Amino acid sequence: MFHGYLPAILGGLWVTLGVAALSLSTACVFGLLGAVAKLSPSRAARWTAEVYTTLIRGLPELVLMLMIFYGGQIALNQLADAQGWGYIDVPPLAAGVLTIGFIFGAYLTETFRGAILAVPRGQIEAAQAYGLSRGQVLRRILLPQMVRHAIPGFANNWLVMVKATALVSIIGLDDMVHRANMAAAATREPFTFFVAIAVIYLMITTVSIALLSRLEKRFSLGVKAVSF
Amino acid sequence: MHLPRRIPLVALLSLAAALALPATSQAQAPGWAKVRVGVEGNYPPFSKMGADGKLAGFDIDIALALCAQMKADCTLVQQEWDGMMPALNAKKFDMIVASMTITDERKKAAEFSDPYYSVPSRFIAKAGAFKDHTAAAFKGKKIIVLRNSPRAKYVAEQYKDAEVLLVAKETDIYLELAAGRGDIGFGSSVVSGDAFLKKPEGKGFAQVGAAINLDGGSGVGIAFRKGDDALRDKVNAALKAVRADGRYKKLADSYFDFDVTPN
Amino acid sequence: MIDWTVIAGSLPEFAKGLKVCLILLVISVATGFVLSVPLAVARVSARPWLSRPVWVFTYVFRGTPLLVQLFVVYYGFAQFPALRDSVLWPLLREAWFCAWLTFSLNTTAYTTEIFAGALRATPSGEVEAARAYGLDGFKLYRRILLPSALRRALPQYSNEVVGMMHATAIASTVTLVDVTRVARDVYANHLLPTEAFGTAAVIYFALTFTMVGGFKLLERRYLRHLRTERNTTPSTPASATAAPARVA
Repeated sequence: MFHGYLPAILGGLWVTLGVAALSLSTACVFGLLGAVAKLSPSRAARWTAEVYTTLIRGLPELVLMLMIFYGGQIALNQLADAQGWGYIDVPPLAAGVLTIGFIFGAYLTETFRGAILAVPRGQIEAAQAYGLSRGQVLRRILLPQMVRHAIPGFANNWLVMVKATALVSIIGLDDMVHRANMAAAATREPFTFFVAIAVIYLMITTVSIALLSRLEKRFSLGVKAVSF
Repeated sequence: MHLPRRIPLVALLSLAAALALPATSQAQAPGWAKVRVGVEGNYPPFSKMGADGKLAGFDIDIALALCAQMKADCTLVQQEWDGMMPALNAKKFDMIVASMTITDERKKAAEFSDPYYSVPSRFIAKAGAFKDHTAAAFKGKKIIVLRNSPRAKYVAEQYKDAEVLLVAKETDIYLELAAGRGDIGFGSSVVSGDAFLKKPEGKGFAQVGAAINLDGGSGVGIAFRKGDDALRDKVNAALKAVRADGRYKKLADSYFDFDVTPN
Repeated sequence: MIDWTVIAGSLPEFAKGLKVCLILLVISVATGFVLSVPLAVARVSARPWLSRPVWVFTYVFRGTPLLVQLFVVYYGFAQFPALRDSVLWPLLREAWFCAWLTFSLNTTAYTTEIFAGALRATPSGEVEAARAYGLDGFKLYRRILLPSALRRALPQYSNEVVGMMHATAIASTVTLVDVTRVARDVYANHLLPTEAFGTAAVIYFALTFTMVGGFKLLERRYLRHLRTERNTTPSTPASATAAPARVA
């Protein structure tokens, strides 16, 4: 049915999953930084974070991806020329991961900010009363408890992000969509291959939802649900 | 609760890994001993990707012949046509050998070598659908052509009463033509044969009217970044040498049964 | 620094691209809205033969990337001679029709779930009072449930529409000449990324802010009852903006 192209498609699946996973990690870093900045007493930090989230929410992901891919390489070239380094190539994988991570970092900023705010203030005050530094409060008190509140938004972002990785094929990444394109052109059967990868994406979605709901249950152990 | 503590560390490590992935630094020796050549791989017979993943075709052979003449170590870098100039500009390679027609517009953005071949263009449509390619014959019809190319400009100027469908790469012309999304395709006379007419999906399609030489036939050339005059001069010298001693003719004759030398 | 002549010269093309983007957005969102209302009613129905098929539809269209859906319709349908010879083909072979079809189905799926969620969140007191008045079936929906649900759905729906506007950039991958395609052309022709993508960015920003502003006005009118003296804008749950409603 797939004329021998199935291994190629599945190889592309690994790339897609890899990009999604790496992007998620990158997005978490940007998201945490953004959330902390938005809740910071420093006005400059709050303003920067506000510009960051507004910028991302105002532009299509495809346009952001093209801007970062082309503009990023040129900026890096200029930097490399100025410093006397040779040409540093930014392959589509890195460009895609950084772009998607950067974009979804903005959305995770909101998720993490809401989750941090959901942790009872009394805990932070108690920690400060014990003399814990800001970093220690963040690491030992806030983050562990914030995870539970962040999971729904986190799950949403992961699901949207997996589908967004399809756009990276447009900047040349050899992912599942790209492989399907190649197979479709070679066999003149685009329907077969595009439906096949649609089914694979659907499976990723299904497995993700199942895993994430288990994760949410685990983190909600011991939390009493409200009963009417 | 180990998980939350590990997450930031994992995240940072992954970010570092993603950034460390590329970093292949290549300092350009001023003598151009190492050259990266951008090729398309989707423009048969000039440029195609074999089933084994190896690039082959007239463009590739010319590039390798020139590199041998220049005694330079060449790496072929495959690039989709849509992003060819931007990739050159972003230094993903140092020269483009991808059947890029030399036009005044393109000369504003890049340097070009002397032309290295020239073939006419032609219209392809369902056999018998059109008697000739006059503007009247194509009135109201849809012409498919490569975007941002001299052929697109020609169609826009000469066929004002026809609709135009612009595609991102030449082989898409025949994809859309076969799918019935356009009435006539306008492309390279050679590629339309190799990529379409000679294939099963091209059955029932044929040339319309005579072949056309665009713009006095300035031919296709090799593109360089603005400022890379040294490389361009080296390549021009190599091209002259390859033409002078018959290597060019041998290569051309192995691909084409008519004369493709640029005028 | 910035070559304004290039920008000025490309503005007519950008204007044409903007027209394509807006037309695609309007016809897709309109179709999506019209289809979503009955589908949402079916989705919350107690009868499985009504709600299950709709669930499958929304699951498939929300679980797969829009880009892939577009490729299936644009490239995939051309594979079948049966379709090529059918009476639908003159429509199906056009890029704008394929884009409208795909985008409409996609936004219908997301909007159906949004409206279904809003319907489920109807305060039970409203429904009880309506039934006490003898309202039932179609009348119940038309006069009580739907107006109530649509209002409740407004913040999330505004996210969806803005997301849809961003998604129109994907139509540029199937020969439609929208703002993104014009930007890529300007970049390919002049090799000036700031001018090319900067102009596109400004256009998209302007569109986004206009749309968000428009929806805020709608919220001010239709969610007036949620305003208190303290805040003049109705509170939107953090989750409404904590993740993009859609991307691809």
